[in-house]
Amino acid sequence: MIESVISSVGINGFAGSMIALLVKIAIVFGVVMLHVAYATYFERKVIGHIQLRLGPMTVGPHGILQPIADGIKSFFKEDIIPAGADKTVFKIAPVIPVFSALGCLAVVPFFDGFVLANINIGLLYIFAMSSLSAYGIVMAGWSSNSKYSFLGGLRSTAQVISYEVALGLSLVGVMIMSESLNLTQIVEAQQKYWHGMFIIPQFLGAFVFMIAAFAETNRAPFDLPEAESELVAGFFVEYSGMRFALFYMAEYIGMLVMSAISVLCFVGGWTLPPFVLEAFPSLAAVPGIVWFMLKIYFHVFVYYWIRSTLPRFRYDHLMCLGWKVLIPLALLNIVITALVKYFC
Amino acid sequence: MTPKMFFIYFAVAMTFMSVMVITRRNPVHSALWMIGLFFHIAAMYLFLNAEFLAAVQIILYAGAIMVLFLFVIMMLNIREEVVAERFIGEWPIGVALGIAIMSMIIYAISKLEPGPSGEYTIEAVQKITHTKAIGSILYTQYIFPFEIASLVLLIAVVGAIVLAKKR
Repeated sequence: MIESVISSVGINGFAGSMIALLVKIAIVFGVVMLHVAYATYFERKVIGHIQLRLGPMTVGPHGILQPIADGIKSFFKEDIIPAGADKTVFKIAPVIPVFSALGCLAVVPFFDGFVLANINIGLLYIFAMSSLSAYGIVMAGWSSNSKYSFLGGLRSTAQVISYEVALGLSLVGVMIMSESLNLTQIVEAQQKYWHGMFIIPQFLGAFVFMIAAFAETNRAPFDLPEAESELVAGFFVEYSGMRFALFYMAEYIGMLVMSAISVLCFVGGWTLPPFVLEAFPSLAAVPGIVWFMLKIYFHVFVYYWIRSTLPRFRYDHLMCLGWKVLIPLALLNIVITALVKYFC
Repeated sequence: MTPKMFFIYFAVAMTFMSVMVITRRNPVHSALWMIGLFFHIAAMYLFLNAEFLAAVQIILYAGAIMVLFLFVIMMLNIREEVVAERFIGEWPIGVALGIAIMSMIIYAISKLEPGPSGEYTIEAVQKITHTKAIGSILYTQYIFPFEIASLVLLIAVVGAIVLAKKR
């Protein structure tokens, strides 16, 4: 689509494809940044209504301009670097989680054919990128020269690396069933089944993935890194202004990425299950991006729903759950999937 | 021309980063430079059409091993370590050994001649994807070394737990 517009202007070959790619990156970046701004608004509204409050109401009608006001505020706030902090590491730390979360978006196919980089190792690339966000936490915790951030950083790193194992193993079942690591091919593989989504045969994997994704993005009920009651705000307690906002942005982009992986690997991405399409053929006219967005925002809503419902886990319970329940379950899922694949 | 420029950039950057790793006073900075180095190594694997290796390089080395390294370094009290001497007294022996190994490698490279290309040429690997190629060869032809390596790792895991439990 974009390529044909650019070639009609008269730019072809390498330059044309480069410009098309840059335009695509700009579109994805803009949409995702807008999503991040309004995801915070959405979260506050959802949690507000669950707790029988109204949520933000003051700025604009129904508080619709609240995220913009928040953004301007955090952008112009004074940026404080604590005395005795390792300045370079302190400054680099908040950039890394944002970079790794945005990097993941490069391989996410938003609808049929719209993907920045259609690579054969899509899932592995996402694992590689999401494992980097641990560095932001370690570096922020260490460089702040503060006991609270240090403890928060240690906790969070241990949590993120433990749950990464479960996260990776939970998707192996999907890899076996689709025989590919390419996210587009994974979505296409799901269309070959009547149910059109891997969540039905891979319910164990989907279950482990959902829980591990919550822990990986440091969301409630696993938000121990920022446990306000014990650690003030965890690893980013010393950050202020825009650097603080960067950590927040990384968290919301991370939720988006995890929802996108879940949608692509377990719920059929931008496609509808074949039996639904047979029952309602007119739904085929709806563009795929609509289904993708609906599925994504359902996942995002679940994140908020669980945050407002469940209390925080105790730290030893969290580690027990990760190592003694989720990883064995994920391994069991791999064995079952492989056996079924081999014999059927 | 473009691939050559990329290669020159990565070669220079990798050398620079390796030097930074061994010359930093603060072990945390050394570890951080090392992560940058791992990224460049992953990019070199991509040049060789080894996309699976590149991803695994980041996932394992940058994503797991170096995080644990940093974890351990952070647990030590860095503020005292910073003032310590960077090089121990025996550094001339290290330099001599390094020069010896380097001359050996240079000699070996000068005698290098490419052998006949096997079953997995670049085109074949690109066709069946690198992940599939490496998987099918690792679990059939090289299954025995693979099993040995996994046993060695298992022993290390069990040994670590035994050591930790003794206290």
